[in-house]
Amino acid sequence: MATEILMPALSPTMEEGTLAKWLVKEGDTVSSGDIMAEIETDKATMEFEAVDEGIVGKILITEGTEGVKVNTPIAVLVEEGEDASALPTSAPAAEAAPEAAPEAAPAPATTAAAPAAPAVDLSPDWPADAEMKSETVREALRDAMAEEMRGDEDVYLMGEEVAEYQGAYKISQGLLDEFGAKRVIDTPITEHGFAGIAVGSAFGGLKPIVEFMTFNFAMQAIDQIINSAAKTLYMSGGQMGCPIVFRGPNGAAARVGAQHSQDYAAWYMQIPGLKVVMPYSAADAKGLLKSAIRDPNPVVFLENEILYGRSFDVPQLDDLTVPLGKARIWREGSDVTIVSFGIGMQYALEAADKLAEEGISAEVIDLRTIRPMDTGAIINSVMKTNRLVTVEEGWPQGSVGSYISSVVMQEAFDYLDAPVINCTGKDVPMPYAANLEKLALITTDEVIEAVKQVTYR
Amino acid sequence: MAARKITKKPNVSAEELKTYYREMLLIRRFEEKAGQLYGMGLIGGFCHLYIGQEAVVVGLEAAAREGDKRITSYRDHGHMLACGMDPGGVMAELTGREGGLSKGKGGSMHMFSKEKHFYGGHGIVGAQVPLGAGLAFADKYKENGGVTFTYFGDGAANQGQVYETFNMAAIWDLPVIFVIENNQYAMGTSQARSTSTKDIYHRGEAFGIPGEIVNGMDVLAVKAAGEKAVAHCRAGKGPYILEVKTYRYRGHSMSDPAKYRTREEVQKVREQSDPIEHVRDLLLTGKHATEDDLKAIDKEIKEVVNQAAEFSKESPEPSLDELWTDIYA
Repeated sequence: MATEILMPALSPTMEEGTLAKWLVKEGDTVSSGDIMAEIETDKATMEFEAVDEGIVGKILITEGTEGVKVNTPIAVLVEEGEDASALPTSAPAAEAAPEAAPEAAPAPATTAAAPAAPAVDLSPDWPADAEMKSETVREALRDAMAEEMRGDEDVYLMGEEVAEYQGAYKISQGLLDEFGAKRVIDTPITEHGFAGIAVGSAFGGLKPIVEFMTFNFAMQAIDQIINSAAKTLYMSGGQMGCPIVFRGPNGAAARVGAQHSQDYAAWYMQIPGLKVVMPYSAADAKGLLKSAIRDPNPVVFLENEILYGRSFDVPQLDDLTVPLGKARIWREGSDVTIVSFGIGMQYALEAADKLAEEGISAEVIDLRTIRPMDTGAIINSVMKTNRLVTVEEGWPQGSVGSYISSVVMQEAFDYLDAPVINCTGKDVPMPYAANLEKLALITTDEVIEAVKQVTYR
Repeated sequence: MAARKITKKPNVSAEELKTYYREMLLIRRFEEKAGQLYGMGLIGGFCHLYIGQEAVVVGLEAAAREGDKRITSYRDHGHMLACGMDPGGVMAELTGREGGLSKGKGGSMHMFSKEKHFYGGHGIVGAQVPLGAGLAFADKYKENGGVTFTYFGDGAANQGQVYETFNMAAIWDLPVIFVIENNQYAMGTSQARSTSTKDIYHRGEAFGIPGEIVNGMDVLAVKAAGEKAVAHCRAGKGPYILEVKTYRYRGHSMSDPAKYRTREEVQKVREQSDPIEHVRDLLLTGKHATEDDLKAIDKEIKEVVNQAAEFSKESPEPSLDELWTDIYA
């Protein structure tokens, strides 16, 4: 059967081109792969190959013709003994590319004129009568990993110095003894590589916990975290997920300079497909890490070196889990809402204590999970207090706080009695000198000052 | 590349040869059709064709057994067809339709199949190499005897993560075959201009990983090398490198005019080393098949590809609510 050869699109953006030269003539026999013509676009001259075998029955567009639209018939290919003139001369329109989708699906609403109070999960994370015991964040994290590894053979820990050294920050202390070298694995110093291997093993059915000695080093691996771990479920149409936890200390420690002192919460928060957790207390560290290990999605779990040694009451339960995506109200208040997470909570809570002495009642919310973010808890609180201050250690431009501000402005604008203030780290690389470092970090006094500004005191 | 010259009669059955012929022809005809649909505007964006390299995946798939895994880069259509993924599903993914293997959300570079143990389809050059070693890590952890074929090109061989992976694969004895599909051009940069060593597999020696050069235009040579590599991995001896010398006839992607090489160079490979013509010669000279037999196969493949193309045109675009699904499990 005779077929029309159409002007091809030779690049993603080509709409028309010049038929520069025919390399075949009427009557020639061609087979697939033979070069038939040269076509010029604004970018280059490309050769155009036959995709079928046949005889060139008729050339419809002469060489040298400019502005030939893509999909215009340029020649007719016939089989032996067939007559080209018998063909209809116009191309069937059915072969054209489909029209663009008529209307985009409505995005989930991010604006609302008169918002109702969002539904917020305020249920306690553990029974009120649970026995409590003081534990460090370090112990809580280790116990979380040990418990999950006992419960699931597919969970393993990989990272630099996690096994024989017992962890650079001793988070994995004792795990090698209990689980052996098969499941507690020392890696060479090669973040990009071992992050990729861990992601691959998650595709292969395991549930890796990857410890980065610090998240500063995870920048070497960020392609694997984002492009491989976070996007594969979507790219595979839901077939292939990546159950993995990337964890380690994040943010400033003390006097370690610019390359070792950075908060990545806002970076990872941006990525659909990732969950991002940043606990403050030991109980949350334990409950959230256990949930993160069980979660079928990739989770970035941001810890803090300064908090590792801090003690908190931890409920003594056989299986303490805290759901991802649920904020915690640490302290109820009526005059202002302070939202923070991770080590920022330390400044938020200290500020709230001092503000109480001055008669200002602050409600303090610990986000705990940055993505998915419990914005409902923030909105609910702002509807009550009408004022908001966010507190984080990271840089100001594109901060977690700036995102919260935009959500609150869109969803609870009419409830605000003052502009939202974002307390952040200063917009500088972290200096080494003790006095400058102190100046670069967020302080409790700055939070107090911000609260006074939004409450007009 | 060795010239397509039959020196001695290989010890291979007619059925086996016909299978290779059929599988390689399917890839070639499929890719030609994809090129055609691209030209018609039915396929958008990037589209990297595998024409010329067919013997690599077909030979290695012949050395694999059920449960073995494979992972590759964005030039992935051939790998998917060779491991048995549905041509209609692949083509419909290229056209971005609901019936595509990723429901139209992945595109040419991103398809996966748990059933066929195909783990993508990755668009960042070299990123699939540690991922492949990770699949092998999982096999070793689960002690299931599986082997992972991790494909990458001569271009990816200059990415640092490849050598990070070589190191860990070696110290952990991972059952992974690193298949370097050396088609001699990293996009438009020839190997001579980009790579310090003539034979890339030599770089494995620095990590204690054995390897060898394979004639990628000879499916039987590829299969034999694959069997050797598989035996090495299954015996618990760790990774193995196959540097398969091959050639892509088309540009790097559809919009590449390929001005960095001469038409004569391409033509010479096509005439002298074409992997499909090689098997065709073996079939005919060995009297394993007649011209008519091969014509019948050609017809059958053409039908399969036409059906795939039809499906890819008829399958509707994904429903608009698909935008918001599959982000979290």
